[in-house]
Amino acid sequence: MQKKIRRPGTALRTPRVTQVRHGASAFPTSAAKRRYFTILLVMVVASAAFGFGLLAWNNPAPYGSSGFWRIAEMRTTNVIIMAVVAFCQAMATVSFQTVTNNRIITPSIMGFESLYVAIQTSTVYLLGAAGLIAFSGTPQFLFQISVMVTFALLLYGWLLSGKYGNMQVMLLVGIIIGGGLGSVSTFMQRLLSPSEFDLLSARLFGSVTNAEAGYLPIAIPLCLVAGAALWFNARRLNLVSLGRDSTVNLGLNHRFETIKVLFLVSILMAISTALVGPMTFLGFLVATLAYQFADTYDHRFVFPMAFFTGFVVLTGAYFVMNHVFYAQGVVGIIIELVGGSVFLYVILRKGRL
Amino acid sequence: MITLTDVAKSYNSEVSIGPVNLQLPAGGITALVGPNGAGKSTLLTMIGRLLGVDRGAIEVGGLDVSTTKSKDLAKIVSILRQENHYVTRLTVRQLVGFGRFPYSKGRLTLLDEEIISRYIDFLDLGGLEDRYLDQLSGGQRQRAYVAMVLCQETDYVLLDEPLNNLDMRHSVQMMQHLHQAARELGRTIIIVLHDINFACHYADRICAVKDGQIAEFGTPEEIMSDDLLSRVFETPVQCINGPRGRLACFY
Repeated sequence: MQKKIRRPGTALRTPRVTQVRHGASAFPTSAAKRRYFTILLVMVVASAAFGFGLLAWNNPAPYGSSGFWRIAEMRTTNVIIMAVVAFCQAMATVSFQTVTNNRIITPSIMGFESLYVAIQTSTVYLLGAAGLIAFSGTPQFLFQISVMVTFALLLYGWLLSGKYGNMQVMLLVGIIIGGGLGSVSTFMQRLLSPSEFDLLSARLFGSVTNAEAGYLPIAIPLCLVAGAALWFNARRLNLVSLGRDSTVNLGLNHRFETIKVLFLVSILMAISTALVGPMTFLGFLVATLAYQFADTYDHRFVFPMAFFTGFVVLTGAYFVMNHVFYAQGVVGIIIELVGGSVFLYVILRKGRL
Repeated sequence: MITLTDVAKSYNSEVSIGPVNLQLPAGGITALVGPNGAGKSTLLTMIGRLLGVDRGAIEVGGLDVSTTKSKDLAKIVSILRQENHYVTRLTVRQLVGFGRFPYSKGRLTLLDEEIISRYIDFLDLGGLEDRYLDQLSGGQRQRAYVAMVLCQETDYVLLDEPLNNLDMRHSVQMMQHLHQAARELGRTIIIVLHDINFACHYADRICAVKDGQIAEFGTPEEIMSDDLLSRVFETPVQCINGPRGRLACFY
């Protein structure tokens, strides 16, 4: 944005008219703006390429025949699930890091995934393998989501509204509850028979191929609503990222904004976890990359970048694992490995949390 | 005018503030001075509604800070804390632009951009406006923060130790900018200072705080006396006439 400034007041000096004044909006220079849209375009093209690659690669029927499309259609479900997971993890992690004012933690730290593991484990433990099989389908999915969202709301509402309510205490309690639930789950897993344990671990590994396509009609509208709510909150999020003092000073109710965003984050995380299981580092990996690529404070630009980055990471990982290494089951593990390495790299490079 | 009526805040039985009754008139610079832990910053953050009061009421420009909507107060009073750290990478201009949030709600208009340019120039940041905050020196960064709260265009500006970590030159420049903002822009500036000589030279009123109470309140001439300062700071202080006004010697 370039413009000439005229002197309006008497008290303030005339700004130098000859100098080009860039806008205070998302990008300081037009070069930065060009860079952003170039990277976004690359991400969109890569998303389309990997998405199409997953549908078409190794498709036995010739391209364009009715058989080709039938096979592609069967594979579409997986790609859609990847898109939903990428959307949930990207939006949730970016928003969560903004309200917590911390670029290193992910929503998983708040015990979401331990809660998922605890629900699944206690189902097997208490009801047996038959119970686990009976405890599936849409009601189970809705139950999972509502338990996780209720848990999150109680925790945030309680910890952020008390006399000593602050973010650090909330995070600490979240971590401790997460650790506690994890230990309880591990204890129950010890007591399971090997066959039950086998059934359970299949559920606990983050895997797109395990996901139930029947959940999608509920999951997609839910995450679109939560995502849209975050999107329309983006300008407020820009301010919240400056921390509590600046947010209050500039006229927003910080506690209300925080609880609102954490509620939306808990919906997104619950959908993602209930759909494909725990993915601890995917959100972190995606958000960290998105900040690097977008290089702006403005969430209206970070969100799309994070989504497409997430989709490229997921589809790319599946494509490479399926068609290059023929190791379908380990995609989640690979993403965690890469995400964990990036996490370590970021900590070591920045030297602080 | 800022009015504090029976304001009290207690952390535990030993550390408490108040009850404070104080009227700070509009216009000019008012300096809050006092020993460490006296409650200067706490008073300031309570006036700026970043911290709630336990008892009593605070009015800024006729509005009660605990009941008035935050978004309305943001056009009346602005506050800058001592420690400012942002996780996001911002340029000076983007940071100053956030000062327009109460008016623009994040959608900057051409008028906003013009106002931003004015305050950037007011604090001599014109050449630095596209630099990122982490590329600036401490003094430059402090100027950028002050530009942001001035850009909020509030009648009342509260600053918590803006001279913290600034060298001699930058401290003097900062005080001159603030002096100019008070005189030429008609702002009421409340500032927490540690250096009594800075307060004496640039402030119109000095408020001495001790043990959570207002110990003294008056013009610099009234405050700059040997026994008053010695009592407030619990250190032997001698005031002499320097070449440019009274000076407190305590070294």
